Amino acid sequence: MVKQRYIFALLGASTIFVVLPVIGVIYLLISRGLPALSWTFLTQPPTHMMKEGGILPAIVGTVYLTIGTAVFALPIGVLAAVYLSEYAKPGRFTRLIRLAIVNLAGVPSVVYGLFGLGLFVMLFRFGASILSGSLTLAILTLPVIITASEEALSAVPQSFREASLALGATKWQTTARVVLPNAISGIITGLILGVGRAAGETAPILFTVAAFYLRDLPRSIYDQAMALPYHLYVLSTQVPNAPPRIQWGTALVLLIIVLGMNLIAASVRTRFRRAKKW
Amino acid sequence: MVTGVPNSISVRDFNVWYGDLHALTNVSIEIPFRDITALIGPSGCGKSTFLRGINRMNDLIPSARSTGEIWIGDRNITAPGTDVVELRKDVGMVFQRPNPFPKSIFDNVAYGPRVHGTTDRSRLSAIVEGSLKRAAIWDEVKDVLHKSAFELSGGQQQRLCIARALAVEPQVMLMDEPASALDPISTLKIEELMHELKKDITIVIVTHNMQQAARVSSFTGFFLSGELIEFDESSVIFTRPHDKRTEDYVTGRFG
Repeated sequence: MVKQRYIFALLGASTIFVVLPVIGVIYLLISRGLPALSWTFLTQPPTHMMKEGGILPAIVGTVYLTIGTAVFALPIGVLAAVYLSEYAKPGRFTRLIRLAIVNLAGVPSVVYGLFGLGLFVMLFRFGASILSGSLTLAILTLPVIITASEEALSAVPQSFREASLALGATKWQTTARVVLPNAISGIITGLILGVGRAAGETAPILFTVAAFYLRDLPRSIYDQAMALPYHLYVLSTQVPNAPPRIQWGTALVLLIIVLGMNLIAASVRTRFRRAKKW
Repeated sequence: MVTGVPNSISVRDFNVWYGDLHALTNVSIEIPFRDITALIGPSGCGKSTFLRGINRMNDLIPSARSTGEIWIGDRNITAPGTDVVELRKDVGMVFQRPNPFPKSIFDNVAYGPRVHGTTDRSRLSAIVEGSLKRAAIWDEVKDVLHKSAFELSGGQQQRLCIARALAVEPQVMLMDEPASALDPISTLKIEELMHELKKDITIVIVTHNMQQAARVSSFTGFFLSGELIEFDESSVIFTRPHDKRTEDYVTGRFG
């Protein structure tokens, strides 16, 4: 009985240690960042050597990068997951692909940044641009999307596939009309979580897209853009005497965007889970 | 020159292995068209494996391989290069557990015609109505066609699955214990339905229920340990079987 109680206390304490930092970060950011938030802060570019004004170009840049990442990562990720879940025969080749995906997830993000610099910025001559940054972030996101999509696909009951095939549907018709529609919630959840993580990354965009300071908003995918995580890094290390208020505000906006996306992912998941009944 | 037998599903020396497991051994049988044939036997005797050979559903199992021939009329469906998609259009299947798609009742029945290229709305409506009528469920669902199929009872779902299979106008209907998950009233409805369908469709039904096999089928095959022990008119199998093992099984001495 006594031992039970010790273990119970240990488990509880561990859980609190996990939750405490999260609560601490959120509390700090809200208490210090909230006063910085204003209409001007959200809708104006930085002024006076970034010591005043707002962060609009960084917000817009992050939104563009998020969309770009989703556009590139979703089709590739879902198609790869469909291949792995529906078509790939077990064997050495499939094992190799899975191993590659697991390793892709473990690559440090700065390596993605350098890879993007070498491949997209230099070799493909996309330059430092939203295109290069989105592609780099898309690769970073792929393992999350592939893994989540594959799980969602394999959760679709085998009996649906059999029913469709027994009606004379081809494998692709079965996949497109029965399997994918029933996996969509898991796929969307994976997409949002993956892209949400990408939105907060600094290293991959450092060499591929991020601009130190731009007064104008980007006009095409070949333009550079500012982005919230990099802007925060710049404010903290490159701008002497930057008012902490602006830094806290920037961090809070970034957190709101990322947490917001996670919340959307969670609500998509519960909504669909309630809707399906098998 | 080996050919098929007119008006029957003709099976010759059919063998199936799952990896090293010899699931079906040298099965030869003539299943007559436009009638009901029941397959009985204890669990694991190979009757479902045999059924799934007729529409090549065993192909989905990576470790499965087979030898021998199955002819449907004059068509060898085990020949290399057989278009299994085309085959499954002609050989429908109803599974043990009702497995409607998570779609509306209408979309469930329209699924088959749609994948085979029918897009015309009024044509689809006609097919859906006709199929639901043939499956004796039209009166129960005609006002709720756009509700989810999951809102139906188990028995209704199974008849919906039969309607879904009928919508592609199969010649043959394979039924894998279609009533084993249903209550007696629903079971009765499905049996009545089978009697109607056999006028133009060949039905092969796997069942664990001996009374059901005796009630619905004209012919019965008894499987044991992967072999077809006896195949004859149902009246013979259930009253004076030739093989001692068949007699033991149908009289409930084992199995």
